[in-house]
Amino acid sequence: MSAVNHVVEIRDLHKSFGNLEVLKGIDFTVDRGQVICVIGPSGSGKSTLLRCVNLLEEPTKGTVLVDGADLTDPDIDIDAARRQIGMVFQQFNLFPHLKVLDNLTIAQRRVLKRGKAEAVRVARENLAKVGLEDKANSYPAQLSGGQQQRVAIARSLSMDPDLMLFDEPTSALDPELVGDVLTVMRKLAQDGMTMLVVTHEMAFARDVADRVVFMDGGVIVEQGPPSQVISDPQHERTKIFLRRVLDPTHVEVGGASDVDTLDASRSHETGTPPVDPTHRGGGGVGGF
Amino acid sequence: MTTTTEPAGPAGKTPGRSGGLSPRKRQQIIRYVQYAVFVGLVVVAALLADWPRLSDQFLNFGKLEGRWGTLFTTALKNTIIYTLLAYAVGMVIGLVVALMRLSQAAPYRWFALVFIEIFRGLPALLILVLFAFVLPVAFPIFANPPGGVYFQVAVGLGLVGAAYMAETIRAGIQAVPKGQLEAARSLGMSRGRAMISIVIPQAFRIVIPPLTNELVLMFKDSSLVFALGVTANEIELTKFGESISIEKVNPTPIIAAGLAYLIITIPLGFVVRRLEARQAKAR
Repeated sequence: MSAVNHVVEIRDLHKSFGNLEVLKGIDFTVDRGQVICVIGPSGSGKSTLLRCVNLLEEPTKGTVLVDGADLTDPDIDIDAARRQIGMVFQQFNLFPHLKVLDNLTIAQRRVLKRGKAEAVRVARENLAKVGLEDKANSYPAQLSGGQQQRVAIARSLSMDPDLMLFDEPTSALDPELVGDVLTVMRKLAQDGMTMLVVTHEMAFARDVADRVVFMDGGVIVEQGPPSQVISDPQHERTKIFLRRVLDPTHVEVGGASDVDTLDASRSHETGTPPVDPTHRGGGGVGGF
Repeated sequence: MTTTTEPAGPAGKTPGRSGGLSPRKRQQIIRYVQYAVFVGLVVVAALLADWPRLSDQFLNFGKLEGRWGTLFTTALKNTIIYTLLAYAVGMVIGLVVALMRLSQAAPYRWFALVFIEIFRGLPALLILVLFAFVLPVAFPIFANPPGGVYFQVAVGLGLVGAAYMAETIRAGIQAVPKGQLEAARSLGMSRGRAMISIVIPQAFRIVIPPLTNELVLMFKDSSLVFALGVTANEIELTKFGESISIEKVNPTPIIAAGLAYLIITIPLGFVVRRLEARQAKAR
């Protein structure tokens, strides 16, 4: 069974929001222990892709296999499947009414049915891993953004996931706090965690990723080792994107015609710039 | 050179000063006139009023002699009991209806909407009377409900309160960011578990001030019990004030009952303002 070797296997994935087709046929796999970074302009569908992997967004068409289980099967126990998949959000999404320690224990106790002592032990272990064991009794609001994101990572790790998803984990942070979070993620990668990371941090992608996936317009344009995709991109769209990201002060505004094509292909999405349209999807808590 | 040209305007006018009173002075004068009118009206009212008769009619607390005990130990106590019973029923049903209103199952949503529209759209008095007189006929088991009037009030006023509280709680649930539910579900929690452990606790924090306000409203609405015909033991503040004032042919007891209401509602109003201020700061 070759499928089981892949932690994630995605086949012909399509996702539409109303008339807007965000994903137009994605095929790719993540193997155990691999770190995959997904890069691309906003609105390219990379966050939607990530959210399809734990079914926060339901694919319109296609299959998503995680650990060999087909998440798109309507009869699957999605809650059981999600226990294996950690998710870290751009906005942290810590539970503000619970102390840090309780943020880390509540799902262990309610979902994994661990005893209190065991849950607390695991929680403290993971807080130590992200360097925040002294914040166990603080409330999330008392922490900096970087600390909150590290707590969010520790919260996911407390469930002993097979796979960690990161949805632009540093995009909401002050620049000087980005490093703390990236360091934690790098350590996690070194320890062999399978990670799928949507990010704009090119340095992180270059240093840590086993494979970089460049997406634009709902399709994978190019993928491969960072030495290839980031240092020596083959496709024009990748080249333009990287030039804009890596050297933002020298972007040719309205100059080269290829820049215009890139803008034109995205113009229908620029109404909702920094956030992927996915986040507007469900509308309120009743969403899914 | 330039210094000589500055004040050269024939009338020596500076820009922004069109002559006459400045806007600030004008404002001041208007304010003084308002104060004067207000004080004048109060003085006229005070001069025209028949003070001896007023105090004899409305502040004749001697008429309550021997009844102060009943006012506090029976009437006020019953008012509080009616309120708390109805509030508890309203809170429980209100939460259920709020969840139904947000349910994925359309029939639940419709039922919740119809419930809310009916019980918000009808006068509380009508519902109370309906429950007292119609239900026993329709369902014989309600002819002699356990708890008597207490039961009728708890259900009747409770349902009215539930309709309002359901909408408040629904708004609170919807005010919890969507990411909270997503984070909970990502950790493997079922939708129900995520609601109970994560969303509803946060929603209640948001709606504590309006729910406390609802308690104040319900406290006053408990006066409608007087339409049900209660025994001496079941009497509440309004009925108490009214019946003693008829007996003594003097409205002072109604004033006393009113003051008893204020003993509860003014501190509660204070609490609501404190809660709101605290929340505004936390935001």
